[in-house]
Amino acid sequence: MLLKIEKRSEYSKAMVYLTPIIALALTVLASILLFELLGVNPIEALYQFFVAPLDTQYEFSELFVKATPLILCAIGLSLGFRANVWNIGAEGQLTMGAIVGSSLFIYFPETDSIFLLPAMIIMAAIGGAAWAAIPAFFKTRFNANEILTSLMLVYVALLFLSVLIHGPWRDPAGFNFPESQTFSESADMPILIAGTRMHFGTLLALLAVFGAWIMMARTLIGFQVKVIGEAPRAGGYAGFSQKKIIWLTLLFAGALSGIAGFSEVSGPIDQVVPSISPGYGFTAIIVAFLGRLHPVGIFFASLLMALTYLGGETAQINLGLPVAVTGVFQGMVLFFLLACDVLVHYRFRLNISRKATS
Amino acid sequence: MNNGGGTPQLELRGITKAYPGCLANDHIDLKIMPGEIHALLGENGAGKSTLVKIIYGVLEADEGEIFWAGNPVKIPNPHAARKTGIGMVFQHFSLFEAMTVTENIALGMSGRQDMAKLAREVVEVSNNYGLPLEPHRQVHTLSVGEKQRIEIVRCLLQNPKLLIMDEPTSVLTPQEAEKMFETLRRLSDEGVSILYISHKLDEIKALCHKATILRGGKYINECDPTQETAKSLAEMMIGTNLHAPEHSAQPEKGPVRLKVNNLNIDADIEFGVNLNTINFEVRSGEILGIAGVAGNGQIELLAALSGETRSKDASAISLDGKEIGQFGPNQRRNLGLAFVPEDRLGHGSVPEMMLTENAFLSGYSRMSLMNNGFINKGNTENYAVDIVKQFDVRTPGVNHTANSLSGGNLQKFIVGREVLQKPNVIIVAHPTWGVDAGAASFIHQTLINLAENGAAVLVISQDLDELFAISNRIAVISEGRLSVGRELSEITIEEIGLLMGGTHGMGEKTEAAHVT
Repeated sequence: MLLKIEKRSEYSKAMVYLTPIIALALTVLASILLFELLGVNPIEALYQFFVAPLDTQYEFSELFVKATPLILCAIGLSLGFRANVWNIGAEGQLTMGAIVGSSLFIYFPETDSIFLLPAMIIMAAIGGAAWAAIPAFFKTRFNANEILTSLMLVYVALLFLSVLIHGPWRDPAGFNFPESQTFSESADMPILIAGTRMHFGTLLALLAVFGAWIMMARTLIGFQVKVIGEAPRAGGYAGFSQKKIIWLTLLFAGALSGIAGFSEVSGPIDQVVPSISPGYGFTAIIVAFLGRLHPVGIFFASLLMALTYLGGETAQINLGLPVAVTGVFQGMVLFFLLACDVLVHYRFRLNISRKATS
Repeated sequence: MNNGGGTPQLELRGITKAYPGCLANDHIDLKIMPGEIHALLGENGAGKSTLVKIIYGVLEADEGEIFWAGNPVKIPNPHAARKTGIGMVFQHFSLFEAMTVTENIALGMSGRQDMAKLAREVVEVSNNYGLPLEPHRQVHTLSVGEKQRIEIVRCLLQNPKLLIMDEPTSVLTPQEAEKMFETLRRLSDEGVSILYISHKLDEIKALCHKATILRGGKYINECDPTQETAKSLAEMMIGTNLHAPEHSAQPEKGPVRLKVNNLNIDADIEFGVNLNTINFEVRSGEILGIAGVAGNGQIELLAALSGETRSKDASAISLDGKEIGQFGPNQRRNLGLAFVPEDRLGHGSVPEMMLTENAFLSGYSRMSLMNNGFINKGNTENYAVDIVKQFDVRTPGVNHTANSLSGGNLQKFIVGREVLQKPNVIIVAHPTWGVDAGAASFIHQTLINLAENGAAVLVISQDLDELFAISNRIAVISEGRLSVGRELSEITIEEIGLLMGGTHGMGEKTEAAHVT
């Protein structure tokens, strides 16, 4: 091998926090190239992507609407990632949360108790957590790789949703469209600011940010998560149970993702439809890393990723760009972020002294 | 056999290699004649591996010269070593389990190989030297002995003039070992020199023509092992000039604090060692030392004592009369058991975490560093500062990470963290491994003081000087069994050496070793 990758003996702490910004800058540069290739004026495209979506108060509130599920999923995932638990099935947990949470309304549509919504939120958390419990069980019992099991369960959840919505949950008065009936007022997430779609779920997301922050910084559980993630043997030495942490982080992520899914269904969408999320559960993985697995970082990273969703839509409407640009953009952010991370911790060296033998 | 006064196949002069804080090889000389089976004898940490790695080009010496058949050579990498005519069989194999014997051999050779031709050569060489191998078998279907044959055949295909064997019998059954000896003798008859690394005295006496003994990185002696007794070899290997203990001759021994009773644990990993009916007790005021060569069950015993591995039988381990065999580490700690693991970074501490967090790691419950479920940052920091002050840990501050400390300072921090928890029983693994002399004597004194204040101290170490300096009694662990603990005044270094070399049952085998 001519190129050698070796670990840096010391790496810069500042760089760890600068990498998201460098990655963003590189993404912008690469997207300029991309827009150029697509025959679109890059300046115009970047304007449509990042500035135009924030023009009005309504559009600004939309940023939080999109960021809410991202924050909830990413906070949950980040705890797992800190503990080396690679749950990438937030999308499935989100879907199951939406299904289980909505079931209360679907089967008791006439209820108008004020306890309906809280009960639905709790059910959603349980549904998401139960879905995440499956990979936790297989991981702790059979040492099955949670990356595979959690990912595969995403597709099971999506198909289960499809079965329900094309069958028993279809609105009888809905002209055979695969949709449930629209939620009653007591099953709706309350709107926070009149005239916008910003809903109660955003508060739950902020609560999750705050709670996770306290938990990681000040509690024994948070400490255990960090130790198990960084040095599992030291965790064993201190008497921390790796299995307990696997269960805990997966259930926690499942519950938060479940709430995220339900808050979409009961908030902006207002009914159960075959496609609840445009991939929030997967984007949340990028968000978690872009936010350096820190709750506050995740909050800002969620806003940024939410902006790419909005920007993608604006660019589609105003410039005729395909909506896939959003995905490309998000992919580039993750790619550059990971590449920068590698360069922070490792360096490349040309290996020239090969022929100095004999 | 060796042809007396000719040119040595390999000669080392004044080889020196220093690691930060440790002189691994200190001006070592070595001479191997063609066809000679030469033993490199020494305890773990004596510098054997470093020296061999220098010969095989894995490491570069800081000083010294290497002569090959009389000519000075440089060996910058293993590739060059193989070209020169040096082959090496490592203690741990580097084989791909899912590939065939021939494929594995081809991977270890330089350049492209004609697989069919190579397969024929493998069969030929393996039959010639009594190392039967089927070239198309997949490696995972082979026994450990057969896997080792692959490594040997891989070396032999390159027609080496010198074959280095690093503790080859440590993974073999006695029968497999005997077969391998025959092969080595045949190679020696054909003029191939063999450098044989081991600490098993019986083996060396049976096989080797010459032996070079290293101790603490220094060249001690060259001798003819067939003319020596196992006892005299052990003496040279371990050294006789041991310091007198620094503590009062016979301390007050109190009640039994730690009792291990018929502890059996099956290893859960490959190459792990099963613990076999381990029995011992440590009394208040006493330091029990457990000697032994690495890989004889120390890791497993430590895990069983700390609670990282739980025993099936609660009564297998008791602490102050309470049966704790099934308790986890934290429950044991709350009962007054403290523990300093062998591996400082990653086991005894979290490398990337600050000293305060690492103080919290083992101290949170016994030192009351929690406050209604929240981490009490103030108390945690005070605790970390106390450790740093009282144990003279050199660090710019307690908010620096564990991996920023030198080995000795981190060890002082970890020992301090455990000692400040006022343990009734403390278990310390390799307390001064890689620690400079000043820190080492400080740690020794700390352990002695702890014992004199009524704690029971268990020290597991490979460093016999250390064990003799601080222990009241010494036992030896070998192949998962523990010898009876003997008072320091009743046991000799030779006896320990023999026990360490795997000579069980002091009676007959010792006698056999004397008959030469």
